[in-house]
Amino acid sequence: MGNGHRSGPRRRGHGGSAPHRSGERILVLPGEELPSQGLKPGSGTYRVGGKVYASILGLLSPRPPFVQVVPLSGRYIPKPSDVVIGTVTDVQGTFWLLDIAAPRWAPLHMTGTPWKIEVGETEQYLRVGDSVLVRVENLDPTGRIGVTMLGEGLGKLEGGAIVQITPAKVPRVVGRGGSMIQTITRRTGAQVAVGQNGRVWVSGDPEAILRVREALKMIADEGQRSGLTERVDSYLKATSPSGDAGIEEPARESARRDAPDPPFARPPTDDEPTDLDDADERPNDASE
Amino acid sequence: MGSVGAKEVPVLLSPEGLRIDGRRVNELRPIRITAGPLKHADGSAFVEWGQNKVMAAVYGPREVHPRHLQQNTKAVIQCKYNMAAFSVDERKRPGLDRRSQEISKVIAEAFDSVVFAEEFPRTSIDVYIEVLQANAGTRCAGLVAASVALADAGIPMADLLPAVAVGKAGGAIILDLKKEEDNFGEADLPMALVPQSGRLVLLQMEGHMTREELSTALDLGVQGCRQVYEVMKQALRDRYAVAAEPGAVA
Repeated sequence: MGNGHRSGPRRRGHGGSAPHRSGERILVLPGEELPSQGLKPGSGTYRVGGKVYASILGLLSPRPPFVQVVPLSGRYIPKPSDVVIGTVTDVQGTFWLLDIAAPRWAPLHMTGTPWKIEVGETEQYLRVGDSVLVRVENLDPTGRIGVTMLGEGLGKLEGGAIVQITPAKVPRVVGRGGSMIQTITRRTGAQVAVGQNGRVWVSGDPEAILRVREALKMIADEGQRSGLTERVDSYLKATSPSGDAGIEEPARESARRDAPDPPFARPPTDDEPTDLDDADERPNDASE
Repeated sequence: MGSVGAKEVPVLLSPEGLRIDGRRVNELRPIRITAGPLKHADGSAFVEWGQNKVMAAVYGPREVHPRHLQQNTKAVIQCKYNMAAFSVDERKRPGLDRRSQEISKVIAEAFDSVVFAEEFPRTSIDVYIEVLQANAGTRCAGLVAASVALADAGIPMADLLPAVAVGKAGGAIILDLKKEEDNFGEADLPMALVPQSGRLVLLQMEGHMTREELSTALDLGVQGCRQVYEVMKQALRDRYAVAAEPGAVA
């Protein structure tokens, strides 16, 4: 089962859209025997006496040559190159400990920051309670999580608010090709960063933050049904203080392209094109 | 409850073979399980089982506290079983006592044998069980609640862990004792079953039984566990039903 039950085979390069997108989605529970027909036990499963059983609650997702279970709940299980939002829980001479909603705290070493820091000066840069956008760099078999703040878009998150959702819902918050997140930023004018660990940072005027929170709640509560982006869009449109906030169509256009998902989305501004500045980001698979 | 104020033993089994609350010997009390009632916990469950009401919350895997309990190869499972002061007729003195420590220990050990703790080295999976109302069989109800909560928390494990108590009262082997049967009966035998493998991971006994009675009781208990198992599975299915709807965006 490797490092965690998310680490199954990658979807991308698997021939376009997901194989189970159209099919029936089967909920399985721990201990339930799975139809394995010659498939190997993948993540979220275990094998006893030639039979394969689910080890977690989730959706059955056969992905030959594996049969695996995709979790619907649970803590964030880190994957290398995931962009996550961490909160400083401890400051040491050369590093900070971040709570990234994973099973363990993640040390952020001072060399993993863009700042020139002398040993012992760490607290002048980040204090307990500060939030940062970082990237998971490496995982070792003992579960230690190494993170870095070096990379485009990464850094300290100043101001704003953080909303925690279940990590299983992150792909829905991002939407296909970033469509959902773009809808949200476009309609509210808020700046939003989504961590793969289920933390969403929202910055903007208080009214906008509240509306984003509501939208996130909508997604968390009924993220399963189709047409969600449209419904979130119309909700945000309806609650817009100025009547018709945002720009109507252009963002939708770019969402259709098979663009990789941005970890970071900003509302359109004058000096900056909305086109995703994500060139160096690994595409976080939206449909996982 | 109040009707047995006198010290005399109530009739635990009528000539017709009915128990004090009208159940047959192999009948469970009604069970209702709600998965995920608590928002802050990683997983939770509320179990109403006869007159028992038990809430369980699971946190983790997370950093181990206190640190010295950390294990380098696996997660530690820490369990805390507690009875509310108002859970019984006579006020229960709050806090740890020998009974609650024992129950916490046996429940943690039961989960130790089904949870795949090696997946999360140096972490802790914290299980909290709060008994709000007690009427015999709370360790089983607590275990069942905790098991559903663990599944709700997405913790990998071999199987859910249904549990039930069997015992002897009025000379008969009976399933799922209630308070009077526990207090005035001849034996009490709580057990927890791994349905997938048929193993028992919790088995305690108080009182006396013959070997034959014990083997009947074990069979009855396994049957009872399988019934409880169905209720547990249904609770989780109900909670996650939306997620399995067809046409959902994956």
